[in-house]
Amino acid sequence: MGERTAPVDYIERTRAQYAALGYRTYRWVANPDTPPWAPLRKPLAESRVALVASGGIYVRGQVAFHHHDDTSFRIVDADTPESELRVTHFAYDLTDARDDPSVVFPLATLRELARERTIGAVAPRAYSLMGGIYSARKVNDLLAPAIAERLLRDEVDLALFVPV
Amino acid sequence: MSSAYSITRSVNPPRAVFLDFPLGHTAGKPGEASLNRRILADALAGFESIALPGTILTLPYAWAGDDAWKDVVMRSPVTGEPRDERAPRSPTPQYQLSDDASAAEEAAPCTSCVWLEPR
Repeated sequence: MGERTAPVDYIERTRAQYAALGYRTYRWVANPDTPPWAPLRKPLAESRVALVASGGIYVRGQVAFHHHDDTSFRIVDADTPESELRVTHFAYDLTDARDDPSVVFPLATLRELARERTIGAVAPRAYSLMGGIYSARKVNDLLAPAIAERLLRDEVDLALFVPV
Repeated sequence: MSSAYSITRSVNPPRAVFLDFPLGHTAGKPGEASLNRRILADALAGFESIALPGTILTLPYAWAGDDAWKDVVMRSPVTGEPRDERAPRSPTPQYQLSDDASAAEEAAPCTSCVWLEPR
């Protein structure tokens, strides 16, 4: 085994990149207060688990995301075959995600965990969105509440967010 | 789940698990279904094990034999200078396959697409 180093500090590298490009410093979201807390109401093995992901996944037949602050989302049925999943994004290397979408959208993996009873069930719908929305206000006021409302309607016990 | 520790620390979600993999691999490695199942099971176990709001658990997996991949993230592998590898940000749908665009046209209107702003 080789040397292990600290996690990549993306905030610092973005600062350096923006400075090199002559952009204004990017203002990252910072929430210093203690986050809200909702205790798990039942064991994981009995819980209905929803997937929410921001890697830019769409299903063949759906309109693809665009790359300029796209605040829309896609509803993905839990039984969608892997072969129907597509990936689009402007800010990360898509090679592996297109080869195997489960690296950014682990829906098939969740189905496996339900089969082996690690989780109770996969929620009927997953929600896919586009990352790289440069307006935290739009995410907070528009997108996050819309997804949260869907998750409540789907009566999920917990949601796993997989950003890129 | 997260593969960007500093950003997740700043956002400060109620519970998080950190996987020290390159961006674009938040939930695992391509073609490694059994590894990815363990990663996801470990991530979900955080819902039962984390008791303190704001906790970030680090999962015990490494991307490669060494961490050399981290040196060139957003940097030129030659000079080490900052580098922008992002694609131009177009406001029209960006399909993975051109055939997907015709599939979307045939299936229109998309009832599983939700737009929250005027298109």
